[in-house]
Amino acid sequence: MRLIVSYFVGLVFGIGISLSGMANPAKVLNFFDVFGTWDPSLAFVMGGALIVTFVGYRYVLRRPGPMLEARFMLPTKTDLDARLIGGSALFGVGWGIAGFCPGGALPALGTLMPDVFVFVASVAAGIWIARALQTFTPAPAA
Amino acid sequence: METVFTPLQSLLGGVLIGLSAVMLMAFSGRIMGATGILSGIVTPTSTSEFAWRAALLAGMVSGPAAILLATGAMPVVQVPVPTPMLIVGGLIVGIGASVGSGCTSGHGVCGMARLSPRSIVATLTFMFTTAVTVFVIRHIIGG
Repeated sequence: MRLIVSYFVGLVFGIGISLSGMANPAKVLNFFDVFGTWDPSLAFVMGGALIVTFVGYRYVLRRPGPMLEARFMLPTKTDLDARLIGGSALFGVGWGIAGFCPGGALPALGTLMPDVFVFVASVAAGIWIARALQTFTPAPAA
Repeated sequence: METVFTPLQSLLGGVLIGLSAVMLMAFSGRIMGATGILSGIVTPTSTSEFAWRAALLAGMVSGPAAILLATGAMPVVQVPVPTPMLIVGGLIVGIGASVGSGCTSGHGVCGMARLSPRSIVATLTFMFTTAVTVFVIRHIIGG
């Protein structure tokens, strides 16, 4: 049951990403290229996703717990530390170089384009390198 | 490379992304973060932790095929950067998202929707560095 639900949730995400344009690096890079070939579409992706998640979470998180697990697994860290800011800054540089982010690229694997596999393999290698370099393991990435 | 402005289609896509994040929280109590899902697959901590993420990934990867079935065409994926940039960019994305505990979906959607100060700071930070990187590549180096 859990796995079927997970698959279905992933499918909704995958269809959403595919429709939104987040799986298309040309569109993603154009969103950030205000002084060039600007395409503001991604503001609508972010807007739509944020409004639905904001309202939906309000209802869901008011419940005692999720339907299939014992409790909500929410991030507990609150400090605005150097790892958060440095890591996020680095993430943006990579996103700006490649045009794919993980959420855009994972569904795009379904197009079977070799470029997407190259990018996802590189992200996986990056995650592995980061884990290997860490002397202590922080909370899992969200 | 020019792309077409698609406000309605992008809004609908965004709504579905949000819906999937709400569903994952309602059923499994988890944050919908692509980096967290990929990390749980490449560096698994237990079989059950691996399994739900693998099922979720299988669903994500089925997205383009669902679009193909519904519309008769695969979603458009145009990669305007050479392969070495995909590799370097991917490595940096993987390291940065791991160290920074999240990416566009985890911090940008789920964390922002929870009004998490960490996610708001993370999202503002990476939106800024992405914009600067694109500007430097396209208008300083490329210009």
